[in-house]
Amino acid sequence: MGAQLRLLRRRIKSVKSTAKITRAQELIASSRIVKAQQRMHAAVPYEREITHAVSAVLSNTSSVDHPLTVAKEQPTTAGVLIVTSDRGFCGGFNANVLREAEALKAHLSERGLEVKPYVVGRKGITWHRFRSREMSGEWDGFSDNPSYGHAKEIADALISSFKEADGIDEIHVVYTEFVSMLTQEVVVKRILPLEVEETEATPETVMPYYEFEPTAGDVLDSLLPRYIESRIFNALLQSAASEHAARRRAMKSATDNANELISVFTRQMNQARQAEITQEISEIVGGANALADAAAGKE
Amino acid sequence: MAKLRVGVVSPEREIWSGEADMVIAKTVDGEIGIMPGHAPVLGVLVEGGVLRVKRDSESDLVAAVHGGFLSVADNDVSVLAEAAELGSEVDVAAAKDALQRAQASIEADQEDADARLEAKRAAARLRAAGEEV
Repeated sequence: MGAQLRLLRRRIKSVKSTAKITRAQELIASSRIVKAQQRMHAAVPYEREITHAVSAVLSNTSSVDHPLTVAKEQPTTAGVLIVTSDRGFCGGFNANVLREAEALKAHLSERGLEVKPYVVGRKGITWHRFRSREMSGEWDGFSDNPSYGHAKEIADALISSFKEADGIDEIHVVYTEFVSMLTQEVVVKRILPLEVEETEATPETVMPYYEFEPTAGDVLDSLLPRYIESRIFNALLQSAASEHAARRRAMKSATDNANELISVFTRQMNQARQAEITQEISEIVGGANALADAAAGKE
Repeated sequence: MAKLRVGVVSPEREIWSGEADMVIAKTVDGEIGIMPGHAPVLGVLVEGGVLRVKRDSESDLVAAVHGGFLSVADNDVSVLAEAAELGSEVDVAAAKDALQRAQASIEADQEDADARLEAKRAAARLRAAGEEV
């Protein structure tokens, strides 16, 4: 067998095995998107209720003077929570988040704020380590399947730093929002100081006058951290679903490319084989002719 | 008589929702019973409490509720728990085991706040499952 033919056969074999892997990854990701979406939907009632409760308290207490809702007059540092994935193989997913985080960092620096990154996901952590940037917090190992405990852990770290006098004065979060199977968008949101997303107060939605057990201040004290936890949990869930969707898309195009490559190589291989056969035939014919000529010359 | 619309939700899922005649929960101030027509209330629930939902046709719904809030407005009752479990879903053996372990570590170290919390939670789960603690 000719050298070229052997080479092509080897390449086809290797591309085929790559295609098998990417195809498997694609299928795994598609099945996980569904699960991630279900978890996202399951978290909706709690989020709706807690947002409702927070706006109820805030609308009932005329002067809200809680450390978590008041913006510091001279903010000096800002914490940025960056949500990335643990594993690669998901196209531009992490690059997009990190690019947006860099833009936010530039924007905050312009305002004269020092930026402290808090990073979720192994990819984001290695990205920061590689550039020897200091991280104020890092968490990994759960990006594709976050639990509420993880969100709590992150929220605790952020809130305690926010409460310290020389800690962070603002908290922003950068994550990928799951819009649909095909679209995921990187979004930047400010979590602290708190901005409760309130809906317009139409006559039907005017908040009733609540009684508080024990007091409005105490309720707010324990309600606000939960609200922040739920915001972060939502960001983690959205990011997990987006990660799977991004991975599925990246793996699908990888599989498609591999299949295309295989068909190109197969064509080249057939051509090479045909050329080889033609050459062999012409050699045989040439040889036979030469023998016949020699025999004729002898007589 | 008007009914209460009750929803018990945790961050990870909706535990239960439906209609009821009365809801009894434990806030940091003490037990509170909610019946239809109750004034709007927003209360902080205790760690390791038991929530009881009374329904006329069926037997009571009991759940272990760990931390969170109770919000009542216009006959809508929502219980926002950090973690919650229906009494019927509790794994009694596992909860007993957890309670014993927590009690053992409290005996070893009186200041162990985590173990105290764990013991409270386990006890609440057992009570929700109808076990005597």
